[in-house]
Amino acid sequence: MQIKEIQDEIVDEFSMFDDWMQRYEYMIELGKSLPLIDEKYKTDDNIIKGCQSKVWVHAELDDDKLVFTADSDAIITKGIIAILIRAFSNQKPQDIIDANTDFIDEIGLKEHLSPTRANGLVSMIKQLKLYAVAYQTQLN
Amino acid sequence: MLDINKIREDFPILKREVNGKPLVYLDNAATSQTPQQVIDVIVDYYHNYNANIHRGVHALSQEATDKYEIARQKIQKHFNAKNSYEIIFTSGTTHSINIVANGFTTLLKKGDEILVSAMEHHSNIVPWQMLAERTGAVLRVIPMNMEGELLMEVYDELLSDKTKLVFCNHISNALGTINPIKEIIDKAHVVGAAVLIDGAQAAPHIKADMQQLDVDFYAASAHKMCGPTGVGMLYGKEEWLNKLPPYQGGGEMIAEVTFEKTTYADLPHKFEAGTPNICGGIAFGVALDYMNHIGFDAIAEYEHGLLEYATQELLKIEGLRIYGTAKNKTSVISFNIEGLHPYDIGSILDKLGVAVRTGHHCAQPIMDFFGIPGTVRASFCFYNTKDEVDTLVEAVARAKAMLE
Repeated sequence: MQIKEIQDEIVDEFSMFDDWMQRYEYMIELGKSLPLIDEKYKTDDNIIKGCQSKVWVHAELDDDKLVFTADSDAIITKGIIAILIRAFSNQKPQDIIDANTDFIDEIGLKEHLSPTRANGLVSMIKQLKLYAVAYQTQLN
Repeated sequence: MLDINKIREDFPILKREVNGKPLVYLDNAATSQTPQQVIDVIVDYYHNYNANIHRGVHALSQEATDKYEIARQKIQKHFNAKNSYEIIFTSGTTHSINIVANGFTTLLKKGDEILVSAMEHHSNIVPWQMLAERTGAVLRVIPMNMEGELLMEVYDELLSDKTKLVFCNHISNALGTINPIKEIIDKAHVVGAAVLIDGAQAAPHIKADMQQLDVDFYAASAHKMCGPTGVGMLYGKEEWLNKLPPYQGGGEMIAEVTFEKTTYADLPHKFEAGTPNICGGIAFGVALDYMNHIGFDAIAEYEHGLLEYATQELLKIEGLRIYGTAKNKTSVISFNIEGLHPYDIGSILDKLGVAVRTGHHCAQPIMDFFGIPGTVRASFCFYNTKDEVDTLVEAVARAKAMLE
């Protein structure tokens, strides 16, 4: 599936919920399905700066596609990174670089984009895209 | 007895909703809310007498200058400083601390020692580290116990004739501990060291008496005591303020300028370069009037009741641990729930209309001491109610149920 299709699918899933509690509960559920980062990659180098909670992300190439694994010490954050990885993992680096992230707003997680959330979500998206840029360079 | 309903009427913001729920504002240690009386003064200033001070001969400038200087006298009276020129208007506590830290650059030499408490806010650690780097002085830490109380016997051992400066907060922002500052000051003076007390957290709860404490420097921010942001004060003993060089150069702080030499203005202007936060300074004075009208004894008694009730109710939640259990503490509760991240709890509390702080509270060394990433911190003001405590406790219980 293309990134856009996955994003639409996530938006569809979230549209079933009437209130924030259900959305949060679903996000917490999604966090549990996060492809976990190998413990050996849980290093300070792989921590995303700018989050109130710790988020580790690792990326590696599988053929011409980039595969992400991650973890966080906070449950809601884990849900957020799980959503991002579901959209971006197993995709070509160039597609990740080109992807837009408006779907975050559509699934009602806009408040996590605000600067007081210690730039968490913004930093995560930036980090995933930076990995994509690095690997795209390698592929070229 | 405080008439809380009447007091709450003074704070327009307390009527608003957040995420469809009535706001329960429990982040008072970060900033307090502003009563209508202070808002009115800010509006009145810009409506009627906005002008630069200490400069113009015209009526508006004179009026603004008078009101600004009256505010300084109110602050002097409130903190019982000997002279009004010992009160320096600053942009807040951080600015106040930096004036002193910068000033001591010329007064310290290699091998001198600076003592700082283990429960400081970053703003009371970093300036001293920078000072130590500039001068070759050594920064030493007064440790604390698991309750969040300073180990005074270690403090005694650390004090020596090498000690030139001691820095400590009056109340810890992360733990709520009220430190024994009178003892800290008196002991430091025995070895000839100067003491700066960071009063940012204490000023909203305790009326500190500069002459009785015999403190050398004391710093506070208006926005934590019902005043506006961007204004605060530094109290300094006259002899010390005369010894310290100016912090910033600019207008207002000079007596005479030629290209060869500048002579500095007298106190307090020597430390007040540039156009200050005039409106903020005047509003600071009115905020003090407001709090004094309610009365600090009544405030302390009421807040203590809230603290005891909230502590008792929160501890009923299984797995909840409170950090900072000093015998002598103010209305701040820092807590975690076993197995849960403070950020998760805070995010859900926000959804329920409850405003708390999560994170390390700019006091990472304290979090490292307890081996935790941060805490959830609820901090109470005199306008908070027991009903709001109940809402907090219900919200925490709900967050726990969702996250487990």
